[in-house]
Amino acid sequence: MVATNTTHTIPDFSLSARIDQVGVEERAKRFTARSIKAETKVNGLKLALNMIDLTTLEGKDTDGKVKQLCYKAQHLHDTYPGLPTVAAICVYPSMVAVAKKALGNSGIKVAAVATAFSSGQETKSVKISDTKFAVAQGADEIDMVISRGKFLQGEYNFVFDEIAAIKEVCGTARLKVILETGELGTYDKVRKASDIAMYAGADFIKTSTGKIVPAATMPVTLVMLEAIRDFYYKTGKKIAMKPAGGISKSKLALHYLVMLQETLGNGWMNNEWFRFGASSLANDVLMQLEKERTGVYQSANYFSID
Amino acid sequence: MKRLEVLKTYKIYIGGQFPRTESGRYYTPKNKSGEVLANVCLSSRKDVREAVSAARAAFGGWSAKPAFNRGQILYRIAEVLEGRKAQFINELMKQDASSAQAEAEVSLSIDRLIYFAGWCDKFQQVFGSVNPVASSHFNFSVPEPTGVVSIVAPQENSLLGLVSVMAPVIAGGNTCIILASEMKPLCSVTFAEVIHASDVSGGVVNILTGNPNELVKYLADHMDINAIIYCEKDAATQQIIQEKSSLNVKRAIFYDSINWKKEEAENPYLIMDTQEIKTTWHPIENIGGAKSGY
Repeated sequence: MVATNTTHTIPDFSLSARIDQVGVEERAKRFTARSIKAETKVNGLKLALNMIDLTTLEGKDTDGKVKQLCYKAQHLHDTYPGLPTVAAICVYPSMVAVAKKALGNSGIKVAAVATAFSSGQETKSVKISDTKFAVAQGADEIDMVISRGKFLQGEYNFVFDEIAAIKEVCGTARLKVILETGELGTYDKVRKASDIAMYAGADFIKTSTGKIVPAATMPVTLVMLEAIRDFYYKTGKKIAMKPAGGISKSKLALHYLVMLQETLGNGWMNNEWFRFGASSLANDVLMQLEKERTGVYQSANYFSID
Repeated sequence: MKRLEVLKTYKIYIGGQFPRTESGRYYTPKNKSGEVLANVCLSSRKDVREAVSAARAAFGGWSAKPAFNRGQILYRIAEVLEGRKAQFINELMKQDASSAQAEAEVSLSIDRLIYFAGWCDKFQQVFGSVNPVASSHFNFSVPEPTGVVSIVAPQENSLLGLVSVMAPVIAGGNTCIILASEMKPLCSVTFAEVIHASDVSGGVVNILTGNPNELVKYLADHMDINAIIYCEKDAATQQIIQEKSSLNVKRAIFYDSINWKKEEAENPYLIMDTQEIKTTWHPIENIGGAKSGY
């Protein structure tokens, strides 16, 4: 649990660090050129699996779909001994109770997207009651979206206050703040939004809703990781990171882990401090693990349906 | 001054693209007079993996195409091949064929495509059936493509052999990964260009070059391949294929005694080798009174 009684001096967000676009993109590219050999790869894949927030956020979600996902979270691939589970299930608030019940005491957390996901175009009172409902249903984590429109208009105070207000009603639930970087446009704005979110009380900063393309990219994630690092140096407080959307291949997940390790270090290399928001990544990781175990390339036919 | 000849880079064909092998390796097949044919990609298991992903992704679209349309596309391959006849004759002659042999091989390859183009929308009618059952069901069986097929193409007659094995596989709605003749790969790679220019969607046909001894294991044990076709008599390799294929119960098909130049290479049973039979029981009103037996 993060201490909420510490007070930081709130900086002037118009002075947030500026980002060198070319530098960040080149740096992000470098992380994809590490040679990761068999044993390390298997460990990395298992870690990635353990960091996944298995997600279903569709209008067509039913109780059955959520139950199925919860079952999958607990039985990823039973023929493989000693597999970790995923970190959490990510659903709409209306599905929290169903997920909670289906997961029982498995230790897998339930995250709920709240605050008028995914557009966030609602009044503050609606967002707060949305969050309260999710928390009351038993959500362990709340994924909120920021008001991108207000942010782009330059109303940073509005965005800050909104995050702080949501944080207040979260209680013991950890708050993930979704910046929706695909709508922010520049790395400078991503950095600024990250700073605002962290100072306003976010426990996690998260790239995307998964409903907008582009979703998570390596450079955007790197900008956010560096914001976390700077915040940590300044305040001594650790913030977690969650890239979401568009990470569906094991190889890419390993690249992200390399980036995480080389930017924030071992302290962040577990699912308390880093998550992947994904749905199809789990199966690809499982197929790679099975390939390493059996030496045979796998087929999706032999794994659970997403 | 003598003009410096611009030599063609023989690359592999995966998912409608012409990449070099991921491994960066190459080999230099020679003809009988010791002349180097080209620097040819020595594909690796990762190229096989990429090709299988591409073939799997293409399977849905290709198998769902109307059979008649698949026939049109096979016909189109033949048309484009006819138009580039001279180039193929030239390459076959580099690979030790006489001009008469080369001419005959290309012509026969074109004719073979036409032959299987014709069967595309007909074999279902010949091999499908309506079955007599005792209950009030309409019961019928139809052939459906098995899925992704890996093919180790014949080493001799490298164009005709490849075309003859490939045509029935794709005519039936499967997608394939073909490992071309190791020592005579030129016309196989050029044939990929013909495929590419013939309305065949990317991934339906993937053509690799390389060493069969190295790659056959991966073509046989990949869990996402549904059938493997091998065209040589090599008993040891056949045994490896059978063993590896058992992992996911793939079909292991050996065409080790077919003479591709003869009429025996033209029959619809070759299409049926990579088909599965689906039988449907459709409930209907009791028609026992009609004594039809259906």
